[in-house]
Amino acid sequence: MKIMVAVKRVIDYAVKIRVKSDKTGVEMNNVKMSMNPFCEIALEEALRIKEAGFATEVIAVSMGPSQCIDTLRTGLAMGADRAIHVDTSTSSSSSSATTTLNPLSVAKLLKKLVDLEKPGLLILGKQAIDDDCNQTGQMVAGLLKWPQGTFASKVILDKEKQVATVEREVDGGLETLCLDLPAVITTDLRLNQPRYATLPNIMKAKSKVIKKVTLEELGVEIKPDLEIVQVTEPPKRKAGVIVSSVDELIDKLKNEAHVI
Amino acid sequence: MASLMILKSLKKQRSFSSLSPITSSISRFVSTLILGEHEGGQLKQSSLCAVAAAGAISADNSISLLLAGSGPSLQQAASHAASIHPSISQVLVADSDKLSHPLAEPWAELVRLVQQKGRYSHIIAASSSFGKNTLPRAAALLDVSPITDVIEISGPQLFVRPIYAGNALSTVRYTGVDPCLLTIRSTSFPVPHISSDSKSDAAPVSQVDLSTFSEDILDKSRYLKLTSQDTERPDLGSARIVVTGGRGLKSAENFKLMEKLAEKLGAAVGATRAAVDAGFVPNELQVGQTGKIVAPELYMAFGVSGAIQHLAGMRDSKVIVAVNKDADSPIFQVADYGLVADLFDVIPELLEKLPEKK
Repeated sequence: MKIMVAVKRVIDYAVKIRVKSDKTGVEMNNVKMSMNPFCEIALEEALRIKEAGFATEVIAVSMGPSQCIDTLRTGLAMGADRAIHVDTSTSSSSSSATTTLNPLSVAKLLKKLVDLEKPGLLILGKQAIDDDCNQTGQMVAGLLKWPQGTFASKVILDKEKQVATVEREVDGGLETLCLDLPAVITTDLRLNQPRYATLPNIMKAKSKVIKKVTLEELGVEIKPDLEIVQVTEPPKRKAGVIVSSVDELIDKLKNEAHVI
Repeated sequence: MASLMILKSLKKQRSFSSLSPITSSISRFVSTLILGEHEGGQLKQSSLCAVAAAGAISADNSISLLLAGSGPSLQQAASHAASIHPSISQVLVADSDKLSHPLAEPWAELVRLVQQKGRYSHIIAASSSFGKNTLPRAAALLDVSPITDVIEISGPQLFVRPIYAGNALSTVRYTGVDPCLLTIRSTSFPVPHISSDSKSDAAPVSQVDLSTFSEDILDKSRYLKLTSQDTERPDLGSARIVVTGGRGLKSAENFKLMEKLAEKLGAAVGATRAAVDAGFVPNELQVGQTGKIVAPELYMAFGVSGAIQHLAGMRDSKVIVAVNKDADSPIFQVADYGLVADLFDVIPELLEKLPEKK
């Protein structure tokens, strides 16, 4: 069985983002970029499943401009066997230099790649920390008509029965589902602790294959049905006060804020 | 409450005059389907928030509520929903064994089926784990882009949602075909308190015809169990006061202090990721970008540093109190009242001096 893992290149989670003054978006120039943390967890899980003998190959895929190759190299250094880069920068219909992909388009592209590669499991992060959408996994599962195990905190595969038992983080606690393979799984933070790529593995990753495909080759038409009107900073909170004692705190809460 | 009255009168107006001035001024007819969640024969509060959001799309909005499940608790929830909110004009009930657990696979099929018949302009669910799981799948089946975690509705096609862990707000216009699918952040659409007898005439309840329910996908996922923490305290998502502990509490044992404080205040207990990862508390208490989003009247953070990911989950609280030993903690930049002190001194003192709740 092959496992396909979708990874996204996003602004590093520790960076304090800046909104552009013309309100068109967030400043991306000279900002540290990394693999989305949830995608790292997805890749780690795929590698563990392979190491446990349930899978033969782990394929990392990423979509976007050419810099996504760096993200894929990171994935290869962690242990993915090969990678596919869906290049959106060379799109012939380049109205703008960067074709922005929304989750629906990513899901359609992923479906195409799944049709070509035929993995038994597709693992994604539960959300990207930039757009915070939390949609792609569910959408590709819907398009493929595969069952979905979202927000997974535990995945157990049964090779014999070809099922995955998935423990999910839901509002009231933990829910356990049993999914027939092939299936789509999206990862929550608690699923695992991703490994670091060691130097020898980083060196080895340089010789692994990253296959480049274009939107045209996949035959998926990107038609955005969402337009970003503006991006603004959230309203600032007014400056607070530092109180000196518990008595003062209780007094303020009672007589100034009227919340207790 | 006033807006509800207006809604009600507008609805009456429409039923009496065939061409209401309001409908003609809007280019298209707005009708909304809400994916309702129910528990123990009651409609969940978050689904009522979705009704409030539907009211914000257009005053002249025909709102249908879809409930699914099986057996008597579903029927009970349906009759509860029919009379709980004056702007719900119809309750649709899908009763099937396949829907007895809120799985995304049958639910997404159900939404497609109901949309085929109802031709709604909008479909809304709360941004709960159910809504986030189900709505994008339904959107893919309908070939439209959904919009996650809407916090403000500026027009029938214009929405505001947070991105980058709430560090930026994005205004998006939906330019696709109907329906427009949204999940809404419940804390941004509060529901005025409505007593269940405020409406004398209950909305009609009708059964969804499931004879064409496509079943080929439905057996591919099976529900096994739900393990939940039983708690008598208010629900974290809707509590008026939330007390949260971070890594500073040092142990699960010490976290009991938070529970005592919560009891005294009638508050819900929250936690940071650090506290959850260290095993102090179960993960459903996590507040933040990847956990629950809360916006209570009072949020008290003890031993919480205030990482970006945590602030994302609580920055819309009305009053924020921070207690931390480290005066340089980022949490103090968002706190209305800060106290630089050892929480192990502060909490016992608070327990002693806080007024008894009525």
